[in-house]
Amino acid sequence: MNFQLSEEQQMLADSAKRFVRDNHDVEKHRQNKKLMPLDEATWGQFAELGWLAVPFAEEHGGLGMGPLETMVLLQELGEGLIMAPYIATVVLGGGFLRHGSEAQQAETIPSLLEGGLQLAFAAEEYERVFTLENTAMKGEVQGGDVVLNGTKACVLNGDHADQLIVLARTAGQPGDKDGLSLFLVDANAEGVERTPHRTVDGRQGAEIRFSNVKVAEAARIGELNQAYDIAKSVLLEGLLALSAECTGSLTVLLNDTVEYSKTRKQFGLPIGKFQALQFRMADMFIAMEQTKSLLMAATMKLVEGHDDAAKAVHAMKAQLGRAGRKIGQEAIQIHGGMGMTDELNVGHFVKRLSAVDGVFGNADVHLMEIARSA
Amino acid sequence: MDLRVPEQEKAFREEVRTFLEESLTPEIREAGKMVTSVFAPVKEAMAWQKILNDKGWAAPHWPKEHGGTGWSVTQRAIFAEELVRAETPPLVPMGLHMCGPCLIGCGTEEQQKEYLPKILNGEHFWCQGYSEPGSGSDLASLKTFAEKDGDDYIINGTKIWTTYAHYAKKMFALVRTNKDGKPQQGITFLLLDMDLPGISIEPIVGLDEVTEQCQVFFDNVRVPQSNRVGAENDGWTVAKYLLTFERGGQEYAPGLNVQLEKIRLMAEKQQTVHGPMSKDPVWQHKFASVEADVLALEFTEMRIKSALSSGKDPGALSSMTKILGTELLQKVTELRIETLGAQAAIWQPQALVPGNEQPVIGPEYAVTAMPHYLNSRACSIYGGSNEVQRGIIAKAVLGL
Repeated sequence: MNFQLSEEQQMLADSAKRFVRDNHDVEKHRQNKKLMPLDEATWGQFAELGWLAVPFAEEHGGLGMGPLETMVLLQELGEGLIMAPYIATVVLGGGFLRHGSEAQQAETIPSLLEGGLQLAFAAEEYERVFTLENTAMKGEVQGGDVVLNGTKACVLNGDHADQLIVLARTAGQPGDKDGLSLFLVDANAEGVERTPHRTVDGRQGAEIRFSNVKVAEAARIGELNQAYDIAKSVLLEGLLALSAECTGSLTVLLNDTVEYSKTRKQFGLPIGKFQALQFRMADMFIAMEQTKSLLMAATMKLVEGHDDAAKAVHAMKAQLGRAGRKIGQEAIQIHGGMGMTDELNVGHFVKRLSAVDGVFGNADVHLMEIARSA
Repeated sequence: MDLRVPEQEKAFREEVRTFLEESLTPEIREAGKMVTSVFAPVKEAMAWQKILNDKGWAAPHWPKEHGGTGWSVTQRAIFAEELVRAETPPLVPMGLHMCGPCLIGCGTEEQQKEYLPKILNGEHFWCQGYSEPGSGSDLASLKTFAEKDGDDYIINGTKIWTTYAHYAKKMFALVRTNKDGKPQQGITFLLLDMDLPGISIEPIVGLDEVTEQCQVFFDNVRVPQSNRVGAENDGWTVAKYLLTFERGGQEYAPGLNVQLEKIRLMAEKQQTVHGPMSKDPVWQHKFASVEADVLALEFTEMRIKSALSSGKDPGALSSMTKILGTELLQKVTELRIETLGAQAAIWQPQALVPGNEQPVIGPEYAVTAMPHYLNSRACSIYGGSNEVQRGIIAKAVLGL
């Protein structure tokens, strides 16, 4: 057992720390009152720093790293609330491309590594509680092609994406793990209509409607009707990445709250001297440490292929939802009125955590997944 | 002990319902449905107040001679419940529920004649100048200073969390007139015009991107001493009079029940792999837990009303209902975003603006969920934070 970062991982962490120090400020977030175009400059820096190459194999021009390195990188970036769509394009998008055909990989990975390609995973649907097997959007098999009809909701990075990875039901009923298929679809293909929207955390997503979008066999990722396992393994990596980023955010919320309680005086004392608040900040700290522990447990189990890896990832996402709620709410309450404003860090981190809990299944969904995986 | 409802109360409820049915305009209804805060959009709230005032129902809690209705405690509660059930926009409280009662209790006859009718008809829009950057929970430590100069006071300092100051014509404020002795004893209650030279207003953008709050700065602002309510250095008594005026405080349960019903309907629409979420035991358990708490609160509030009706003083119990009501409201808004999942993350505040023609993205019922969740975090902070309220119970009820 060894919980120390390797030299390479430490370098990655250090470069992300420097990036956050040089690039993060609340002011930038406060500008995000409207739909923003992709921040090309930041994305270009990500490419230059080699971060886009982290999870790709060396033969594809990648760094041959995996979820551990993604965790190290995103935890640091999470402390700076960096808005770049890294998880959508590199972790989820890149994850699916690893399962793609050679032709698909040749067409996408080089450009992704250079920073010239954006991806999005179109999975969620309106009025359907998210789990992969609950997917209802139809793909009708017509000879070698599949015709997509229906709507995908809250697609993160959906409007910036050049290519969409679409999860569709090509057989069976919602609830069946069989009958799911994945497709790499040009986001500007005929019949694809995107309605961009902001998300509560100042990022952007899109509603994407598919009207008779014909997809050739060559655009499929994995086998027809048998995409569940691929989707699940990539999703688990995506959940870990979200959790890593948000664990960084929890750290900032706790630190900012503790600092504030030392300087804010009421009734002649710094409010941090009141035991009622001390106990609550101690509980925030405990919740944060438990989240870090689960993040490490889930990531190492997944990398090493343990039987209970999926269970640990579900536990992680559930913990993130619950700890995020608790730490976020306490951070606002202890900051008082100031915590309710757009001016401080606090609100922006709380909104990020509130968005992430809802994405790809909230704490309740993942607790149920733990129960089912036992 | 029984729960039977007398016939005349049923008839009164019918009368209120009929009135609401007939007098609510589509614009006001729409604004009421989109409310995500205790503060409704100003234009629609004031339009609604005008309709109520024309009927004589804008301030049922005021004494009849000042424009109240003369209703019993129960009638007032029925009226409040029906307003909530019809999802009317809440009336802006600073005039009707804060400044008005202080004037009724402590103002001169002249002040009452001058201000009360204009509070009722909405001509004077009031804001409350209490909190300061350094004085929140510890309000009595406030520092904004009013120095005597001839017949005037000259005010210097700043107030913060001043709701809707940017719309207000008037402010009622607590200012310091004496720096010696106990902090509560050197405070004076003043009325002032918001367009006086030396006043500047800086709006504060909230988490929900709405500008409800402001910071107000005073730079040598001259106010006549005749604008004082109560005696000099006795403003704390005037401010505290409000607590005795609306004993028992606001009722939360009726509004919470409306929200719960909406969440139940949303859950019927969300499909899990086993059918609608409303049939999912995990969701049912969570929902039931909040429902049981709201039922308990409903009866806690009824016990307080019953005590009031028989002339008893419920005392510090209003601290209890403030804690329960606000924390259950927060719980309810949380339950709603948890019922909606990722759909609640879609951010479209423009869809909440009355009269907008923006097409809604995603289910329409999801639009208010996240803004309301975020805004309601303020409920346990304002009006005496819930920490302060717990302190009151510990001290005044438990004798600790």
